Amino acid sequence: MKRKGTEMIVEALKRENVEIVFGYPGGAVIPLFDVLYDEDSIEVVLVRHEQAAVHAADGYARSTGKTGVCIVTSGPGATNTITGLATANFDSVPVVCISGQVPSTMIGNDAFQEADTIGISRPVTKHSYLITDRSEVGSSLKKAFLIAGSGRPGPVVVDVPKDIFLAEADDEYPEEVHIRGYTPHQKIDKESIQQAAEALLSAEKPLFFIGGGMHISGAAGIFSRIMDTVQIPVVTSLMGIGIVPSDHSLNLGMIGMHGSFAANKAVSSCDLLFSIGVRFDDRATGDLSKFARNAKIIHIDIDPTSIARNVPVDISILGDAKEVLRELSPLLKPCSTAEWSSEIASYKPEEDTRNKTGVPGLPPEQVIRKISRKFPDAIISTEVGQNQMWASMFYNFHTPRSWLTSGGLGTMGYGFPAAIGAQIGNPDKRVIDIAGDGSIQMNIQELATAVHEELPVIIAILNNGFLGMVRQWQEIFHDRHYSKTCLRAGKKCARRCSTPGENCPPYVPDFVKLAESYGAAGFRVESIQEVDAVLDKAETITDRPIIIDFIISREENVYPMVPPGAGIEEMLL
Amino acid sequence: MHTISLLVENHQGVLSRISGLFSGRGYNLESFTSGPTTDPSVTRITLVCNGDDQIIDQIKKQLDKLVDIIDVEELTETPTVDRELALIKVSVKPGQRGELIQIADVFNAQVMDVGSESMVLEVTGSPDKINDLIALLHEFSVIELARSGLVSIARGKKNNISPY
Repeated sequence: MKRKGTEMIVEALKRENVEIVFGYPGGAVIPLFDVLYDEDSIEVVLVRHEQAAVHAADGYARSTGKTGVCIVTSGPGATNTITGLATANFDSVPVVCISGQVPSTMIGNDAFQEADTIGISRPVTKHSYLITDRSEVGSSLKKAFLIAGSGRPGPVVVDVPKDIFLAEADDEYPEEVHIRGYTPHQKIDKESIQQAAEALLSAEKPLFFIGGGMHISGAAGIFSRIMDTVQIPVVTSLMGIGIVPSDHSLNLGMIGMHGSFAANKAVSSCDLLFSIGVRFDDRATGDLSKFARNAKIIHIDIDPTSIARNVPVDISILGDAKEVLRELSPLLKPCSTAEWSSEIASYKPEEDTRNKTGVPGLPPEQVIRKISRKFPDAIISTEVGQNQMWASMFYNFHTPRSWLTSGGLGTMGYGFPAAIGAQIGNPDKRVIDIAGDGSIQMNIQELATAVHEELPVIIAILNNGFLGMVRQWQEIFHDRHYSKTCLRAGKKCARRCSTPGENCPPYVPDFVKLAESYGAAGFRVESIQEVDAVLDKAETITDRPIIIDFIISREENVYPMVPPGAGIEEMLL
Repeated sequence: MHTISLLVENHQGVLSRISGLFSGRGYNLESFTSGPTTDPSVTRITLVCNGDDQIIDQIKKQLDKLVDIIDVEELTETPTVDRELALIKVSVKPGQRGELIQIADVFNAQVMDVGSESMVLEVTGSPDKINDLIALLHEFSVIELARSGLVSIARGKKNNISPY
């Protein structure tokens, strides 16, 4: 069938079952938006910054399991996506980003709004294609979707010059494509599974360690059945939160720099660390020379570059988590680890000193816990820093794909657009962005998107007037030199100040007035008694975003904390 | 030093992706040659890189992960034929030319250019042979040196027949 490049792209999107696209038009990409104007089966969500388009596609993808799609223009449109692509790349999120490019004849000539999109995005994408001929459009898009969504997922950029959007050809969208250098699915080694099962059953202090790969694979169900059978405790990475319910009796919580006391202790004591879908990132392991010193390590992952990369591994199994666990499950039986259980139980109550009270302002732990009780089935996204850590610790998760956080790159400004993407992908769920007052300002312009799309995303700002996590480090490691972390500091303040108090300038912006100026709902909460009523009110609002400005204690710290260079059992409490 | 031979798709940007992998992750790349194979859609790249076993293992896996890389083969432990080409411009005064040509003969190097104050030698051979020649030529003073980098191919299987 005769089609222009733009029409072939739309055909590709339809064949890939794409219903939502996030985008922002511009000169190079007008032809594509023109064709989408008449295409009723694809909803195009206009954002207010291309970075938000990628984060929204990312949040959509993480919360639904489908591949997120965004469309941006050339030059600055494309360069604005880099942070979003790097975020998705680091956390293995399937996103296809279609960018317009200047006409092929003008490439390399420093044309208006030209950028070497492929060159700039190469290190932060799983793969990318620059279309050089109209005949490549169909196959490149098919390959892009294949690569983005298979194996270890990741973002793929497809850069399309304007003349190719307009060029006509008589071709069809391919049924299949073969990429000889790409084999995402390996045959699972049955013997390694046998060895792994034997090791697990014979260990005296076995511990499961699960991560983001479990969400991607959809392995929560099979893992739950395995846990029921073997009754072995589990710890998670940041990305693994939500696979096992937070309040499950065998779930010791997150490990790492801000992991729970019990979880970190358990890793240091265990004699077998059965790891699935994790990559042993430095935030999780602490000092590697001190990590799980007494343990044999079993590592299951789909990506060969992940295995034995940071930690020496005794048994490695390459494969998809769900498939490997399905092979493993029939080989398992109940484990009797009574001594281990009582050792772990001894870690719990006294030492876990997360209830630090006695400071003015709302306690963030209680705010999160109240949100968790009021909205128990929400999808939670976070920004980065203290807000992210408190959300990971105090919200009670129980469903996979309900936790959206920038774990690898740690991108401030991720949470709100990701929440927008998640809300659009899950219209029947409540979506809440746990934010800091610094982070939320990085993509605050998306309030316009949320208002126009009538999305009742709740933005819970944990407002302490600081870049909280950096301030915490400055307090603990740099003699309280609050260098450029106070977000209320102005010209009238002392040049060097480490004593926030009543004389501080008022906070800018007034988030309630800001919300109202956008047509969103805005509330401020300053005392713990007000919280429930405001959350009740938020629950009734279903057609626009809601900002809740929680004024929390200014110098609250996240504990436990593993200082840099320390092992994870060396926690500050 | 580890020699890795890659078969890659003959697409634009593949070279950039590979060199970006090395620079981005801080791996050490000593030499890099690239050329067509009998299949015009496939290019062979020969890399020489340095690092301990764990790093080399990561490098191979990271390369294999790239979509445009069809095959990764480590040739370090395999019996191979290794060759390099060097063009060496040497400063030569009249009267010295004879000695220089004698040295060149020993190494099977060809004289490709004779100037009033210099000569250019072309030599192919193993990297060690080329290193040795260059070391000798320093007595004459090497003005300019262009080395191609290593090209390597595995030797064929041989049937080992015992002489007894």
